[in-house]
Amino acid sequence: MTRPDFFLAVELAGTGAHPASWRRDDSRAEDLFTGRYWVDAIVAAENAGLDAVFLPDSFGVQPSGPGATRGRLDAVSIAARVAAATHGIGLVPQAPVTHTEPFHLAKAIQSLDFATLGRAGWEVTVSEGAEQARAFGRKRAQDAAALWHEADEAIEVVTRLWDSWEDDAEIRDLPTGRFVDRDKLHYIDFAGDNFAVKGPSITPRSPQGQSIVAVRADGVEDADVAARRADLIRISAGDLDAARARRTELRAALAATGRDPDAVHVLLDLDIHLADSVDAAADELRTLDSWADSLVASAPSLLRHIGTAGTLRAALEAVATAEAADGVVLRPLAIPAALRRLSFLERKSLSPGTLRTRLGLPRPASRYATSTEGTPS
Amino acid sequence: MTDKPHKPVHLAAHFPGVNNTTVWSDPASGSQIDFASFAHLARTAERGLFDFFFLAEGLRLREHLGRIHDLDVVGRPDTFTVLNALAGVTGKLGLAGTINSTYNEPFELAEQFASLDHLSGGRAAWNVVTSSDAFTGENFRRGGYLEHGQRYRRAAETVEVTRALWDSWAADSLVVDRQAGIFAREVPETRHRGAQFDIAARFVLPPSPQGHPVLLQAGDSDDGREFGAATADAIFTGHGTLEDGQRFYTDVKGRLAKYGRSPDELKIFPAATFVLGETEAEAQERARHIRLQQVGPQTAIAFLEQVWGRDLSGYDPDGPLPDVEPADNPDITRGRVRHAKDPRAVAEAWRARAEAERLSIRELIIEVTARQQFVGTPALIAEQIDTYVQSDAADGFILVPHLTPHGLDEFVDRVVPELQERGSFRTEYTGTTLRDHLGLRHPHHRSTAREGAKAS
Repeated sequence: MTRPDFFLAVELAGTGAHPASWRRDDSRAEDLFTGRYWVDAIVAAENAGLDAVFLPDSFGVQPSGPGATRGRLDAVSIAARVAAATHGIGLVPQAPVTHTEPFHLAKAIQSLDFATLGRAGWEVTVSEGAEQARAFGRKRAQDAAALWHEADEAIEVVTRLWDSWEDDAEIRDLPTGRFVDRDKLHYIDFAGDNFAVKGPSITPRSPQGQSIVAVRADGVEDADVAARRADLIRISAGDLDAARARRTELRAALAATGRDPDAVHVLLDLDIHLADSVDAAADELRTLDSWADSLVASAPSLLRHIGTAGTLRAALEAVATAEAADGVVLRPLAIPAALRRLSFLERKSLSPGTLRTRLGLPRPASRYATSTEGTPS
Repeated sequence: MTDKPHKPVHLAAHFPGVNNTTVWSDPASGSQIDFASFAHLARTAERGLFDFFFLAEGLRLREHLGRIHDLDVVGRPDTFTVLNALAGVTGKLGLAGTINSTYNEPFELAEQFASLDHLSGGRAAWNVVTSSDAFTGENFRRGGYLEHGQRYRRAAETVEVTRALWDSWAADSLVVDRQAGIFAREVPETRHRGAQFDIAARFVLPPSPQGHPVLLQAGDSDDGREFGAATADAIFTGHGTLEDGQRFYTDVKGRLAKYGRSPDELKIFPAATFVLGETEAEAQERARHIRLQQVGPQTAIAFLEQVWGRDLSGYDPDGPLPDVEPADNPDITRGRVRHAKDPRAVAEAWRARAEAERLSIRELIIEVTARQQFVGTPALIAEQIDTYVQSDAADGFILVPHLTPHGLDEFVDRVVPELQERGSFRTEYTGTTLRDHLGLRHPHHRSTAREGAKAS
């Protein structure tokens, strides 16, 4: 068995991470843009005892041509759509900050946190390239340094807005006729290089106070933002040694910024395809690849596990034992095929509770709170 | 009576807002922000076979006298997030929300509304509002630089671009042919170059069930009416009396022809509050009690301050009106429309009325601010609603309960059956999309509009 605190998540993209996954008979490709498809997939992940689901997003259409899945629903919307159908799994949609308003994003994640009773997260992403810039028409494409500097400011704005109402701001005080104590609502007065935001949020402080922030650390600029701001840091690596080395670097970076490395989970991507036998899984992968011959191939440098639920369980144990990561994000090459078999991982079933609690993180007081310092809540 | 066809009544449910119509001091008042409250109202509206649930929006907390206004309910959620979450707890109900066209970009809006329409199976509606004030702009990168006259131009261009994006994937784009290995056809680029936007984009979603989410609009100015007639599927209004309603209805429906639209392609929904009672007297008594809750002592003073433009906290709400003259101070209340256009004239009229009728400050404010639209027994209210609709003062109403979240329960339990009894209200949903409920054609079926209208 994996360690009880070993965090296991799944990333659900379209019909699967493999661009030809939609061609499988069991792909439910016709349903991809329906609520039912996403409810079924995420409820299956929850029933398998997974801690969280990541939902990728982008404003760009997939470039791989007519043979690959294309089209994509807004990830925060998907997370909201499945909120009432789930009870324990964390919901972590990607939301890009390059062309969007941090004020809207802040209340969207707060509202997701309300709708899930504290299971919301936010994976911060940036919109690269000229195509997405032209879709908005407000500014030119930016380089990585500019994109992640803007993301850094956006996270600051969003997390300040999340704190802009103190927990006990709503007082409903009949004698004075006051619904809120305005001294507990705070302007955030952020002024940065990319935007200025006054605040407060229009949404009260949500169940987790601060929802979970995830950042992928692939390069230098995003790793820097991750080390300073993320609760979950996502990495990908070609093997466990490379993953362990990356995790060690990131932990050093966390310590260098004055943060506790044990309060942050480094999550390793693991592409998976599962079948009833290892041979069957390999056969099915060959079929997928044969369909994908004509497609733009994605870089195959990622860690992959092609096998059964049993062999996957052993692989996860190996990740934990090697201290290559604090958790894994499974990326099914074909979603229904993998989800059907994840229950065989024999994870403990999820109890209701916040994503923060699942990560062993306390609920922080608002940074603007002064009156409640040191008192139990 | 003529042989005019009997019109169906349309109903919608407004989630109680952040203003003094919403009573929070009542023991029955629940959370304005917990998801359970939204879920309850939406499920109640669906139980009552309403066309849609409606959520308003305001992108900055209101301020009064330079500080956050603290007397009314404060705090509301993100529109898209709540509507998508409600799609998970309802099956037929339309899901409508206000989204500002000034502080959002067309590509993102198109993606978010198309996502809601897909994820709800064709139940999305967008109440497009415009604003341009620097006050709200302080929360956004865009700021508040849009000049007032540009508001509807930007709104119109925003709608035009979002509709172009929604239409950009051909109806047969999604192929999903496993044998041939074709998932979807190429997505063409949508280009738009106008005064507001310069965009070239490939959209990320195939056409959603409704093609275009239903477009709602509110705005009583001439510009607003024209924009609605040209563009909207339904209009919210605030015209209270039958005669005012008929005038508005005739005016707006009369503007449709020049856009090649027929009168039934635009529905008119006045907002209405209601108070029920077993008897007329009981309803009137409850209405009086609710008005006292809505206009508490501090709220009465705050209303007065809006007209006087100055701090009047030293005055006794149960005493006479101030004898000082109003100051011209348009910034006293920010984040909502200020109603008094000529403060001195208003103050003079109010003083005269208070003197003549021996009213205190609070009593006067109760008299001069909006009272409940429908007060009476369930049968009487059903009759009044039906009369408004049959006499072309409205196509239906958007009902504004004064309590969260149970404020609509009694209406659905008591008034809806009366309306059904009169043959004016559906006894089951006959379609699955909001366009079906509203009797609106699918935007891509223009050529068969006549048959479509009959079939629904």
